[in-house]
Amino acid sequence: MVNKLGMNTSIDIKLTSDKLNLQECYDFVQDPACGGIAIFVGTVRNHTHQKEVLKLDFSTYKPMAVKEMQLIAERALQHFPIKKIAIHHAEGMLEIGDVPVIIAVSSAHRKSAFEACQFAIDTLKETVPIWKKEFFEDGEVWVNPHP
Amino acid sequence: MIQLLFFGITQDIVKQHKIDLKIEKSILVSELKSMLFKQYPALKKFSTFAVAVNEKYATEDTLINDNDVVAIIPPVSGG
Repeated sequence: MVNKLGMNTSIDIKLTSDKLNLQECYDFVQDPACGGIAIFVGTVRNHTHQKEVLKLDFSTYKPMAVKEMQLIAERALQHFPIKKIAIHHAEGMLEIGDVPVIIAVSSAHRKSAFEACQFAIDTLKETVPIWKKEFFEDGEVWVNPHP
Repeated sequence: MIQLLFFGITQDIVKQHKIDLKIEKSILVSELKSMLFKQYPALKKFSTFAVAVNEKYATEDTLINDNDVVAIIPPVSGG
């Protein structure tokens, strides 16, 4: 669905330094024609390679990151029979338990909601220009996704 | 003049986020990479980095024109 401004009304993209809002993602994808909603919530883990993590800093190439997130949503809508998709990502400093990413997908049947949700988070981790730096008791390091 | 943007670990290596670079004529992404490796040998360790031209992923033979914004994108780690 495309509105008068040429915006796809089935897609909600957000990259923000505010706290992510699960209800907002749910409310966006919720639709009477849908039989199910799949939601992936990423959370900041307190350790990596047996080392305690204190906090994470997410930096972004914002204009391109937003474009890449939009592309992922468009591809998900093309490839899977889903109704709506929301992709929200946080930037800036996050602490243990905070939520860096939420992906919500609604569809008539659950299988495509699960599949599209997994496709979106897997692709996001490969293509969206966002980088996290881990802070430890004794220093900090850029996270290498393929060490 | 093109604008070069560095992110993540590459920003630490060149110690700058943004560099303005004068180019005499359009150049390929591969040519820009060779120039960068010459100036910042430490970048070679990260030869896996991607390059974006005007906010779109580019390939080795993408042409960079005057006034383009070129971003050096080390392996991403969002999510």
